[in-house]
Amino acid sequence: MRRLLLAGYALLIVVPLVVIVGGSFKTTPDLFASPFGPPTRPTLDNYVTVLEKQDLLRVLGNSVLVVAVSVPVTLLLGSLVAFAVARLPRLPSRVLFGIFALGLAVPAQAVMIPQYVQFDRLGLRNSLTGLMLVDVVVTLPVAVFILAGFMRTLPAELFEAAEIDGAGPWAAYRRIAVPVSAPSLAATAIFLVVMHWNDLLHPLLFIDDPAKRTLPLALLDFQGEYLTEYPLLFTGVVVASLPMVLAYAFLQRHFVAGITAGAVKG
Amino acid sequence: MSRRALYLFAAPALALYGGFFLLPAVQGLRYATTDWDGYSPAFHDVGAANLTAVVSNDDLFRNALTNNLKFLLVVVLGQTALALLLAVLLAARGRGSTWLRALFFLPTVLSSVSVAFIWKFVYDPNFGLANAVLDAAGLDRFESSYLGDESTAILWVAVAQIWFHAGQMMIVYIAGINQIPEELYDAARTDGAGRWQQFRHVTWPMVAPATALVVAYTTLQSFKAFDLILGLAGNPPRSGLDVLATRIYSTFANSQLGYAAAESIVFMAAIAVVTFLQNRAARMAHG
Repeated sequence: MRRLLLAGYALLIVVPLVVIVGGSFKTTPDLFASPFGPPTRPTLDNYVTVLEKQDLLRVLGNSVLVVAVSVPVTLLLGSLVAFAVARLPRLPSRVLFGIFALGLAVPAQAVMIPQYVQFDRLGLRNSLTGLMLVDVVVTLPVAVFILAGFMRTLPAELFEAAEIDGAGPWAAYRRIAVPVSAPSLAATAIFLVVMHWNDLLHPLLFIDDPAKRTLPLALLDFQGEYLTEYPLLFTGVVVASLPMVLAYAFLQRHFVAGITAGAVKG
Repeated sequence: MSRRALYLFAAPALALYGGFFLLPAVQGLRYATTDWDGYSPAFHDVGAANLTAVVSNDDLFRNALTNNLKFLLVVVLGQTALALLLAVLLAARGRGSTWLRALFFLPTVLSSVSVAFIWKFVYDPNFGLANAVLDAAGLDRFESSYLGDESTAILWVAVAQIWFHAGQMMIVYIAGINQIPEELYDAARTDGAGRWQQFRHVTWPMVAPATALVVAYTTLQSFKAFDLILGLAGNPPRSGLDVLATRIYSTFANSQLGYAAAESIVFMAAIAVVTFLQNRAARMAHG
């Protein structure tokens, strides 16, 4: 019974994924004729179409750039707050933490309208900088939550010893808090990468210029354009998902820890 | 350690988060009392008219709320039950179990739009996987048009959402199960408890904190299911697939910014009410 249930659910995950990957190498009639079988005449046409016509390489570059900036910035700013939360006396520490915890209760969809107005006025629409900025502010509360949760458990003696040695606050942060918190930072980083990489809401809201699209937005545009030309949709899915799936294959344990920490605390 | 330095550390994050998250959140309250379209220089103050209309006199909003609550109910019950079942089956360590955990978690790292496209094909009434499998199994009388059926479409989206995130919640449950002391099971077995009784009297009460977490997170997730719906249903979604977040977006895209801001406030209130009711129910269930 146990085996049957597990095998059944495993098939539910594997079969659609195999069909998607296989389908990206098929023509539309080929896919419809035999969705589960291997491609009879494998073709790379879908990839050529998607990469050239949809300018997907540029889109991919945009996604990489946004994540490469927004994740380290969120980590840096969030860990500095977490350090302050861990080291401040009780009352100010609670207030500081509370301000960020407030953001956990507010879904991004609830503030997107006024944010749109603000970004429009400041000329931050249709800009990757604007996208990075909004990703940072929307995920700062979760980052602070995870990191402060960890840093608060560090023994005060760790820092007091450093102070006796004459280390300033920056040195205590840089040379003690950061290295000791490495596992927590790694988990947070992965959570943020997945969140920022897969974000559709903010690109949809802020980006009209096709040259500034990120992957989820470009993928959504496929839908209107290709309707039921599934092989092209599948190719888009493969291109957009491959980086995350590969990273997951290699850093599996960190992914599970990071995404679950983000979920549980976010 | 000097406090000033610590405040200085927190300052950049506070400035960005305050300026681009908290400030707009407060400004949203102001926009909600206007008839602003989002681009004209002039607009009028309409007081609470928007809010009253959203709450009492808006069929589109009510439809989205109903869909969202249906979706929430199915996802919370289905995902929690499935995650717990998988966790119970996989809690024991072992090679196969590690491998399966990794597999079940995999959909979580995909983007919502990718998951939407996968399920769009599963549900395609003519060429899709679901009907193909039913056909092959001789069960064609269960074939359906899935998303094409206005009254049940949202439930099929709920199934896709469960596929997407059940593995993630399974991990939360596994962590909970692994914290249960083995002696409790030993004691139950000594008392002659079978598998089901062990689950009923040891596992289930002991994972209550994990259940609370899973339910709370899944609830919030169900209110945020925006990407998956746009990917499956197109933008804007048909009325059978409209939920609160997509409704707010459509109102906004329709140049009714003030009204969309009012909808956002009711959206927040709906989340608060559901969360409150869940907390009460949880407290009552635990005496």
